[in-house]
Amino acid sequence: MPTTYEPIATTTLGSDTASITFTSITSTYTDLVLVLVGNAASDVSTTVQFNSDTGSNYSQTLVYGDGSVAGSGRGSNRTSIDLGTFYNATSTTPQIHIININNYSNSTTYKTTLSRGTAVSIATQARVGLWRSTAAITSIKLAPDGVNFKSGTIATLYGIKAA
Amino acid sequence: MAVVSIKNKLRRGNLLVGNEAYDPGGFVPISTVTVSSGGSSSIDFTSIPSTYKHLQIRVISRDSRAVSANSLSIRVGNGSIDTGNNYNTHMFRGDGSSATTGNAGTNYNNMDFALEPGSSISSSIFGASIFEILDYANTNKYKTMRSLNGYDANGSGYIVFHSGLWMNTAAIDTIRFTCSGSATFSQYSHFALYGIKGA
Repeated sequence: MPTTYEPIATTTLGSDTASITFTSITSTYTDLVLVLVGNAASDVSTTVQFNSDTGSNYSQTLVYGDGSVAGSGRGSNRTSIDLGTFYNATSTTPQIHIININNYSNSTTYKTTLSRGTAVSIATQARVGLWRSTAAITSIKLAPDGVNFKSGTIATLYGIKAA
Repeated sequence: MAVVSIKNKLRRGNLLVGNEAYDPGGFVPISTVTVSSGGSSSIDFTSIPSTYKHLQIRVISRDSRAVSANSLSIRVGNGSIDTGNNYNTHMFRGDGSSATTGNAGTNYNNMDFALEPGSSISSSIFGASIFEILDYANTNKYKTMRSLNGYDANGSGYIVFHSGLWMNTAAIDTIRFTCSGSATFSQYSHFALYGIKGA
């Protein structure tokens, strides 16, 4: 059997930058996994958009624990999927988001994402997101809401190919 | 913990969901099932080789039951599916307003291990799941598994963690997925089985 789980592209920011975008994603794979490690200029949510769609076609449901309480929340008819807060921590305390996009290239179903996020020393969380489009995902834009990613933030996109 | 092999300089690590992803050489596709028109009452993976350390099954799914959220269940076995009362599960989930936890089944005859949209939800919406069966071929201990799963329907939905136990020391070589309520998996539901190699 051939192996799979291949790195497609990595972006490492050399300066503070408003967004990271992966483009020209081929349909070679079955699933995508996006790993984001770094910091934002202030405590804002990291957002995800697909295929440059800025319409109100996104939503998410989340669960979190902050060490004292567990809770859940929801966002509907949003212009992006929110991954959760990407804190303005020091570069030695990076925040992490890992986003799974199963069957990203089919042209029949809406696209569902599963993500885990860890705001170090603050909370841990998981989210399920929905993009209400049947289009194959060919580009992914990550952006901290209204501020910059800090220099040194790293985003890596992987592809997984099924048998 | 990543380890660099002295022999071949490859960086080895753990590809379980939630961990940093690397080591492309350790993740191997085994088998895939896509549900065709007419649906399917169960999804079976059989004759799974014992050559890997862990298994991961990556899924999108929905089913025919006339509800919003329906349970996706798992049974496993060696040579045949174990239908005995040999399964335990725990879950932790969010429904958009509160977080809840529960013991979804103790000494139960299967594991309700995910929630997927039923036919009351828009037909374009599928749940996503990542199931992991750890040390599945070890014959000295019971088998532990976990999942991250959910669906969002723009105003409803769940995000769910499950842990599960199969109280049997046999190596797992068979896995069966079914839907609660005698429902069938809908067309385009997709189940992909992977093996994760050890170092």
